[in-house]
Amino acid sequence: MIKFKNYVKAESLEEAYNLNQKKSSVIGAGMMWLKVQSRIKMTLVDLSGLGLDGIEETDEEFVIGAMCTLRQLEIHEGLNEYFPGLFKECTRSIVGVQFRNGATAGGSIFGRFGFSDILTCMLALDTYVELYKGGIIPLEEFCRQKFNRDILVRIRIKKDGRRALYASSRMTKTDFPLIACCVSATDETYYVSVGARPGKAELTVIKRKEASGLKELAELAADHFHYGTNQRGSGEYRKHLTEVYVKRLFMALEREEG
Amino acid sequence: MQIEFTLNGRLIYEETSDDETLFHLLRRKGCYSVKCGCETENCGLCTVLVNGVSRLSCSYLAARADDCDVVTLEGVQKEAEEFGSFLAAEGAEQCGFCSPGLIMNVLAMEKELDSYEKEKVKEYLAGNLCRCSGYMGQLRAVEKYLSRGENRNEC
Repeated sequence: MIKFKNYVKAESLEEAYNLNQKKSSVIGAGMMWLKVQSRIKMTLVDLSGLGLDGIEETDEEFVIGAMCTLRQLEIHEGLNEYFPGLFKECTRSIVGVQFRNGATAGGSIFGRFGFSDILTCMLALDTYVELYKGGIIPLEEFCRQKFNRDILVRIRIKKDGRRALYASSRMTKTDFPLIACCVSATDETYYVSVGARPGKAELTVIKRKEASGLKELAELAADHFHYGTNQRGSGEYRKHLTEVYVKRLFMALEREEG
Repeated sequence: MQIEFTLNGRLIYEETSDDETLFHLLRRKGCYSVKCGCETENCGLCTVLVNGVSRLSCSYLAARADDCDVVTLEGVQKEAEEFGSFLAAEGAEQCGFCSPGLIMNVLAMEKELDSYEKEKVKEYLAGNLCRCSGYMGQLRAVEKYLSRGENRNEC
């Protein structure tokens, strides 16, 4: 369990950033994952007093504060209206409501966890992260970056007209996913992200005309990723599941298109 | 550091270490209904309400409870007794260790949801583990508890 000596509730992002430049400091978001780590730190910097716990909707985008909880994502009317069922589906199996009342969107994204449902989901959308010093960059680019001591302030999801669906498989209902897939679609393109392979989620973009049928397209998408083996399943099994889930998501999106 | 918060309706001033969890503070204050089963945020035994929202006190820093309203089972005795009677009637308790956390989450659910379809209820309570009951008795008790108003009207 994490131990630390000083708790500082940051009064500004500048203060949080400066405190976080020391290796002995750590940013505390929901503290669900951080808490179970065996680490000793000097200072825990709490962002909960900075008003980053809301979801703002504009004509162009959703702006999600880093301290917004997964439960807020799950039940937000605007998000659920624009992306029907997507956030509900990607959050509902994450432990329980009490957990989702604590875990934050910022913590999930900044951590870039291999098991993350949230990262997988947002990666298939036109998502950007707003870093305090690093500015606004695409989520995909952020995923490829090494960890640094910047602070994730907000997540921005553009309303670019994509329709998206999510599916995951679990050994038991509230366990980490065995595989997590999210597919979004525009008229010509599919954006496929796959997480829990068990590595962190990655994205591939394929044109609808690249293959003759949905099965072939799904196989093509699944081929873009590397799969690993752990106690939940083998890499081979994960790849097979990816082909199946991605095909199902393609089919469901086609049905929606009519 | 010193924090000030409301615990079951009582204003509390308390000295806490910077990395103490709310769970440990509540136990120190005599709220023994709050249990710690897993310490990995999976079991729901440590559920309390913070500003009306169900939270896992084992992963909630006591320092963050400053200026908050915290409610444990000790603060909702009447509601707990009422729901507890439904649990007893359905034979839904064995060791009873998980009941305080379950009751707190059921009370939070009752306030938060506007309808109680079975799947919705099961999903809401998925974070409350029970190692002895197998959940069926608990679910029957929850269903009957949530529809108790309707039954009264029928009578």
